[in-house]
Amino acid sequence: MTTEVFVQSLVSGLTQGCIYALIGLGFTIIFSVTGIINFAQGEFVMLGGMLSYFLAKSAGLSVFPALIVSIVIAMLIGAVLYLTAIRTARKASVVSLIIITIGAAIFIRGVAGELWGADPVAPPYFTGDGSISVLGASIQYQALWIVGVTLAVSIVLHLFFSYTMIGKALKASAMNRTAAGLVGVNTRTMSLIAFTLAAALGALGGVVIAPLSLTSYNVGAMLGLKGFVASSIGGFRSHILTILGGIALGVMESVTIALNWGPFRSNYKEAIALVVLLLVLLIRSRKLSEEERAS
Amino acid sequence: MLATLKKYGWSCLAMATFLLLLILLPTQLLGDKTSILILIGIYSMVTVGLCLLMGYTGQVSLGQAAFFGTGAYFSAILSTRYDVNPWLAMLIAAVATGIFAYLIGYPIFRLRGNYLAMATLGLGIIVWILFRELSQYTGGPDGLGGIPNFSIGGFVFDNNLKRYFLVWFFCVCALLIAQNIVRSRTGRALKAIHGSEAAAESVGINITQFKVKIFVLGAVYASLAGSLYAHHLHHIGPSSFDFMASVVVITMAAVGGLASIWGAVFGAATITYISQDALAELGRSQPRLADLDVVLYGLILMLVMIFMPKGLFVTLRDSIDSWRRKRSQKGVVA
Repeated sequence: MTTEVFVQSLVSGLTQGCIYALIGLGFTIIFSVTGIINFAQGEFVMLGGMLSYFLAKSAGLSVFPALIVSIVIAMLIGAVLYLTAIRTARKASVVSLIIITIGAAIFIRGVAGELWGADPVAPPYFTGDGSISVLGASIQYQALWIVGVTLAVSIVLHLFFSYTMIGKALKASAMNRTAAGLVGVNTRTMSLIAFTLAAALGALGGVVIAPLSLTSYNVGAMLGLKGFVASSIGGFRSHILTILGGIALGVMESVTIALNWGPFRSNYKEAIALVVLLLVLLIRSRKLSEEERAS
Repeated sequence: MLATLKKYGWSCLAMATFLLLLILLPTQLLGDKTSILILIGIYSMVTVGLCLLMGYTGQVSLGQAAFFGTGAYFSAILSTRYDVNPWLAMLIAAVATGIFAYLIGYPIFRLRGNYLAMATLGLGIIVWILFRELSQYTGGPDGLGGIPNFSIGGFVFDNNLKRYFLVWFFCVCALLIAQNIVRSRTGRALKAIHGSEAAAESVGINITQFKVKIFVLGAVYASLAGSLYAHHLHHIGPSSFDFMASVVVITMAAVGGLASIWGAVFGAATITYISQDALAELGRSQPRLADLDVVLYGLILMLVMIFMPKGLFVTLRDSIDSWRRKRSQKGVVA
């Protein structure tokens, strides 16, 4: 493998990994606040991409208004999902909640398929399809956007969780729901905020990645799974580890594909994330079950 | 004495009606829909296996279609490429799937709840990717065709009616075995695990072992159903065993009530009828609505789990029971 190929695959892995990180942050925020794994998380990525495409195409919005409107719509859907499906079944068992969010995921996917058809679409690039050259590898502007947006979001989230009242209340609910309730945090509102925030993060990821990698009604499941892997690397608690985990996964995928060696052919790209998932879960299983017992 | 007689009388009557229906349905009532009735039997087996795991033991598997697939593919590959007798192929498939489930069961059941769900989901997708990519064996995305019929001596199961009785023979056996397990010591242990793992462990139940056992049983059920599926349709492809297929089985289990053997049949029948008959016709007349079943499954899963977490079938049965009890109490008072 030449240096250029290596750098190129590092760059594309980093870009892809940023998206996994954004999705993973959604998983981490919802899980830490509510104890629920939202299996519909990936569908918000799909919604972001598809909405931005169709808003630009049929409503004639330019890139950034389309971005904002897509995210707002996704947030509304996230809030509705929480209010209708999760809150009404609040006392449900873990098994029921898993099934409910899976139901929500395939419902959203099915409706998207009926509305927008099955063909993959690509929204326009944010700022043209030019690229810059680094060490012989070409980096598209859109990739820079993706990395930049992820970086900005990470910083904003950090500030939000550290310095705002709502952010601190979310953090408190994540640490101990009962205690947070006792000091006057409305934990149900916090759950609503967590779901809405996660929807926004997913949709943002969807909007920025769609111009680069196409999107269609059924991309949600796989992207969601990879976001989950990122989140599992962060132990479903740590934001920074989730981000790093997402990026590591993205890089791992693209480098193994670039190696194109033995069993690691590109056809098995999806399997890499799944193997990482199983390994992480099994390695962390003791810690995870201890935490579960403690809560 | 009278009460016990009454109790068993009812279940004997129910069983007799069920068996009579099984014979009458394809021959007298729904002869033109035999192929759907066969699929109902096949999916009932998969669903029952999942119900034992999810409903009775409280453990999630989002990858049940993988075992359905290994059964189907083992049968198909052995009988088409290596000329193995279909019965032997089915047996090898079931044993191989069982061993596979056993080997992954121990590590995977160290996980629980959400993590177990994700791990089984991941596993299901990995297996599905293998079906798709190991094309020198599996035929890749096109799948495998020309899978032969079952036969005993000179008797070949070469039409739907014959295969219907074959499939339902296996299905009824599977149901009866499942029912016996539920009522046995193992079944009580499983329910104890569902209730509280700590409590179950403290009275000496080896929880991991029981979970793995029932996981293996469910996998073998799915594998047998997969073999029947392959030898019934004569052609299989990876799309029958993807994540959506696992979701469909979960939908069947949810409709039937996760913890009910007969509910599983009800769920399998309802969902199979909807997807193969009602919606299939709609999809033919209006191709745009061809994927409507996905939307419907999503809605069903959400609504059933929110409003009737015990499942449609069990909720209905319970409400009929309480209505009967109320009526008989009124009778006593009067």
